Amino acid sequence: MIVTSHNGHTKSYLKPRFRVDIVDERCIRCGCCVEQCSFDSMYFDTQYQRIGSTDENCVACHRCVVFCPTQAITIHQMSIEYKHNDHWRPDVIEDITRQSETGGVLITGMGSDKPWTCYWDKLCLNASQVTNPSIDPLREPMELRTFLGRKPDRLEIDPRTMEMKTTMGPQVRIETPIMFSAMSYGAVSLNVHEALARAASLAGTLYNTGEGGLHPKLFKYGPHTIVQVASGRFGVHPAYLDVGRIVEIKIGQGAKPGIGGHLPGEKVSATVATTRMIPQGTDALSPAPQHDIYSIEDLSQLIHALKEATNYTKPISVKIAAVHNSAAIASGIARAGADMIAIDGIRGSTGAAPKSIRDNVGIPIEMALASVDARLRAEGIRNQVSLVVAGGFRTSADVVKAIALGADAVYIGTAALISIGCTVCQACYTGRCAWGITTTDDKLTKRQNPEIAAERMANLLHSWSHEIKEMLGAMGINSIESLRGNRLHLRGVGLTRAEADILGVRLAGE
Amino acid sequence: MKGLLNPDNRYGDDKSSAACSLFGMLDTTGRRFSSEAVIRAITNMHDRSNGLGGGFAAYGIYPQYPEHYALHVMYMSQAAKANVETYLRAEFDIEHAEPIPTSPANGIVNPPDVWRYFALPKQLDGLSGDDTVVQRVMHVNTSIADAFIFSSGRNMGVFKGVGFPEAIARYFRLEEYQGYLWTVHGRFPTNTPGWWGGAHPFNVLDWTVVHNGELSSYGINRRHLEMFGYFCTLQTDTEVAAYAVDLLVRRHGHSIETLAKILAAPLWSEIDRMPPRERALHQTLRQVYGSLLLNGPFTIIIAHTGQMIGLTDRIRLRPLVAGVRGDVLYLSSEESAIHLVCPDVERTWTPMGGEPVVGTVGVAPGPPKSAATTQAAGRKSARGRG
Ligand code: SF4
Ligand code: SF4
Ligand code: SF4
Repeated sequence: MIVTSHNGHTKSYLKPRFRVDIVDERCIRCGCCVEQCSFDSMYFDTQYQRIGSTDENCVACHRCVVFCPTQAITIHQMSIEYKHNDHWRPDVIEDITRQSETGGVLITGMGSDKPWTCYWDKLCLNASQVTNPSIDPLREPMELRTFLGRKPDRLEIDPRTMEMKTTMGPQVRIETPIMFSAMSYGAVSLNVHEALARAASLAGTLYNTGEGGLHPKLFKYGPHTIVQVASGRFGVHPAYLDVGRIVEIKIGQGAKPGIGGHLPGEKVSATVATTRMIPQGTDALSPAPQHDIYSIEDLSQLIHALKEATNYTKPISVKIAAVHNSAAIASGIARAGADMIAIDGIRGSTGAAPKSIRDNVGIPIEMALASVDARLRAEGIRNQVSLVVAGGFRTSADVVKAIALGADAVYIGTAALISIGCTVCQACYTGRCAWGITTTDDKLTKRQNPEIAAERMANLLHSWSHEIKEMLGAMGINSIESLRGNRLHLRGVGLTRAEADILGVRLAGE
Repeated sequence: MKGLLNPDNRYGDDKSSAACSLFGMLDTTGRRFSSEAVIRAITNMHDRSNGLGGGFAAYGIYPQYPEHYALHVMYMSQAAKANVETYLRAEFDIEHAEPIPTSPANGIVNPPDVWRYFALPKQLDGLSGDDTVVQRVMHVNTSIADAFIFSSGRNMGVFKGVGFPEAIARYFRLEEYQGYLWTVHGRFPTNTPGWWGGAHPFNVLDWTVVHNGELSSYGINRRHLEMFGYFCTLQTDTEVAAYAVDLLVRRHGHSIETLAKILAAPLWSEIDRMPPRERALHQTLRQVYGSLLLNGPFTIIIAHTGQMIGLTDRIRLRPLVAGVRGDVLYLSSEESAIHLVCPDVERTWTPMGGEPVVGTVGVAPGPPKSAATTQAAGRKSARGRG
């Protein structure tokens, strides 16, 4: 195999994607942009005493733009026109070019950028008019409190003493139906992990450790932590299981269903190594399957082993990617004893994934959620599990629509990162994130101050929660449980009849 | 399912919502009285209905058949009658069958053929008599076209149809009946012309519900009840309230107080202030039964043998007034109707949102201990007028 890097000796045929423009009259030569650009695009041109850019290195992360004190920098899409072709699109041509230069699998970061139908954008919400007063959340109570965990069909109460005779499984309370998705320490920096933990604590919700273990410094946020047990078993030990509020078994992830994870050795710093319990500088490879789970009964054993290990004090969640037969799989998971099922759709994000997988494998979360909720109801077991969905949630309205379709709560990942500067430049896999998010580089990680980042994330949750309350109030509902699975508050626009049937919604005007 | 095709839903609406007048009257000694007072009361609230639905539930009216289920059936075609009777004969021992006596009344047009059957279920399939009856009623209502069982309890009956409630009373000659508990409903539906089955009260076994309001939670209430074998065929939100009551009280064995705490759950801010044991109970009730919370503006009067319960939504968006005189408990949408039929009423009060008013045969009725404060607080937060 010929492996040559386009930064190496062979001439690359790739054209730069962006053009960095610096207005020379504005530039005061402070050097800030050079300092901030972690992708080696900006440099100080000593010959001409001005700032120059290596455009082909620019990923459009906008770090320089934001930090330039004189607004001297703009980033443009390179407008290099190809002969128009709907089939051989520029991105296709460029991918092939890149592959022919490296001989490797194309790796990328964040969620799919392909134009998958976003069903959230094709669903309208309802509002009260005349027959039913809308409710103003600023004046009236409006409740978002949600409990995750297995619920019985029926509660038995002794009518004389009012003593409850049914024992409930462990329940975890969140004050807003939005949680932070699994992002491992290693994929993101320790400061970001800490920010997530603090934001979750501030907002009364949970964050998820991902599969990289938990730094001891963050143990104190345990009541707001979902600890993940994934195929690599990185960082899983008794104290880790003990400290979390929920234990999540990760089977799959929306951005890369069916494949494992790969944290390159360069990102495995000394602390990452200790947290993951692996040698420093070694690649952290998560196998594609969990090697002790080759069937549903194996999953059941692991669920029960974890319940046993945590003394039945924590709900056990199973996270899967949304795939073609999610409904049947979810039913199996519920029957295998899970208390919570997390489903991650095709637009789900990642630190690094093969592009071919990210952009082609899995199904949209809307369809998976609708069919899973309907299936669990048809089988009369919807109560047994909480349903959490993930995969590209962008707005409070997306969240409201997901809950109306049947989710108990959603996970957000990308949106949380955007709140601390991420511009979805998709360069996370490089480990050079200029925003100090998806990196373990000592210098770059300092760009995130956990306290400020936590506040920004908590603000985002606060604003979404408030918007959710406004939308609930408009529908004449004052508690989130009356929205959950209440598909009558959704109407489809621009959906085929078959799509509407799968989503279990009527079309607008019906 | 024939639901979407029934005449009440020719436009395919999800649910019909209605503003309404409600009235209920219970003699807690069990003494039976005529329908005269309740008819006068509901007539006084004429403006709250629009002639598209009225109905009555009366308890203690069939003392001659105390053990038999009184099945009231409406037929929209002769074929339906033949089909239902074949089915009923196969599934029930029918003690007596007759057309329900009617007289022509103003404003009553195109009435269906209405019959009643006093019957006991034959085969119990290992189910209780009640469960069997529920299942048979569901069968007729979902799979036999043009027929509808609208009352299926013992020693009680529902009479309802399209018309103002006072006309419905005249049509069914209700002056001829004596009961110890009556509830009445005048309907103001917001969508279709209404069909006879869509009028209130809604019934399953001896449970009846009359309702003023619109349930924004209907979609999930219905989907939750489907998991327990209840299928909503009427696209009328009150239906879910009737089934929820049957599920929670009869099948899950909850008390009326617990029922109220589920249908109109206390707010979390209230639960958080409760002493630990009570807090745990209320929290668990919301965790388990959150999908049955009735959300949106409502007042309902629930009745079953020996008991009448009034309940409003937790933020009291629809009116309810209670009154007591001696052994008699009154519930009404408007206080004036109580004063009209009982000028010497001893006490009236406005219940708090979500706080049930319960009248039980054998128990002297009365306002809650906190009635004085209740009254003031209740008035303050009452803002809806259905
Ligand atoms: S990579 Fe980011 S910091 Fe560097 S030039 Fe491009 S936009 Fe600016
Ligand atoms: S940050 Fe702005 S002002 Fe400073 S050197 Fe760069 S372009 Fe010039
Ligand atoms: S986390 Fe950093 S590298 Fe990844 S998309 Fe966001 S800004 Fe780019």
